[in-house]
Amino acid sequence: MNLTHCLLLASFLFCVGVYGLLTRRQAVAVLLALELMMNAANLAFVAFAHFRGGPGQLFVVFALAITVAEVAIGLALVMLLYRRHDDTALDRASETQG
Amino acid sequence: MTLLFVLALVVTAIAAVMVVAAKNLVRAVMALALMLLGTAVLYALLEAPFLAGVQVLTYVGGVVTLMIFGVMVTRRHEGANAPAERIHGFRGLVVAAGMFALLAWAVVASDLERGATPIVKPETTRSLATALLDDHLVAFEVVSLLLLAALIGAVVLARRRDGRDEGSAILAAASREAIDAQQAPAGSAHGGDAR
Repeated sequence: MNLTHCLLLASFLFCVGVYGLLTRRQAVAVLLALELMMNAANLAFVAFAHFRGGPGQLFVVFALAITVAEVAIGLALVMLLYRRHDDTALDRASETQG
Repeated sequence: MTLLFVLALVVTAIAAVMVVAAKNLVRAVMALALMLLGTAVLYALLEAPFLAGVQVLTYVGGVVTLMIFGVMVTRRHEGANAPAERIHGFRGLVVAAGMFALLAWAVVASDLERGATPIVKPETTRSLATALLDDHLVAFEVVSLLLLAALIGAVVLARRRDGRDEGSAILAAASREAIDAQQAPAGSAHGGDAR
């Protein structure tokens, strides 16, 4: 149990999140992948705060608040998308590109 | 201690893979809950008990519930068993694996254990509270403003604007019914215009 292990786990979680972000079509699944990545960042913060000191836990508190706001807005957007297209596949939401 | 750490690490990693691999979106959300609980255990082991509690309360209690709502509300026709389709899976795998290799190389190569000194003073909940409500009070208040903006934004985005899409949003309908129950019964047909 040292900093390297924690950072390796955080890297793994982040990359799994990247994979989900790149390959999923459903908007909710993309939000789940985003959660994975946020969590990986938080884990890295806490690990550094534990093994090196510093205000890492403070960062995590703010990151948590921002993540929750992001989830609320994201799900509202998902519902809007669903209402518009009867589907939550993100590749159908390309109308903002013109 | 070490055994618990390894257990939490393995559970978190497997649950994370399940989140992106699960065909069923509800299962993916449940795997996310497991992953978040594993991370909460890791926080507790890393002497962040307050964050572990907050993680369980807001993430597992709030975010996962919200996600379940999101899955259920947007899966009216197929039920919750709609397959989670994926696009260009191989390329995504290559990118993610490459990124992990790069990150892991950076972590291992930087040899973090070499100059490691024992922690002088681990951050406790008390010092976290002091930092949050004393030293960084302005940031704290700005975050409360952000949450308020997100609250209002989510309500504005998700509410029904007219009667055309009736029934397509159970959540919006439920919230509108709650509002209409307090207003006159006639307000349900035209109340959405005044936005």
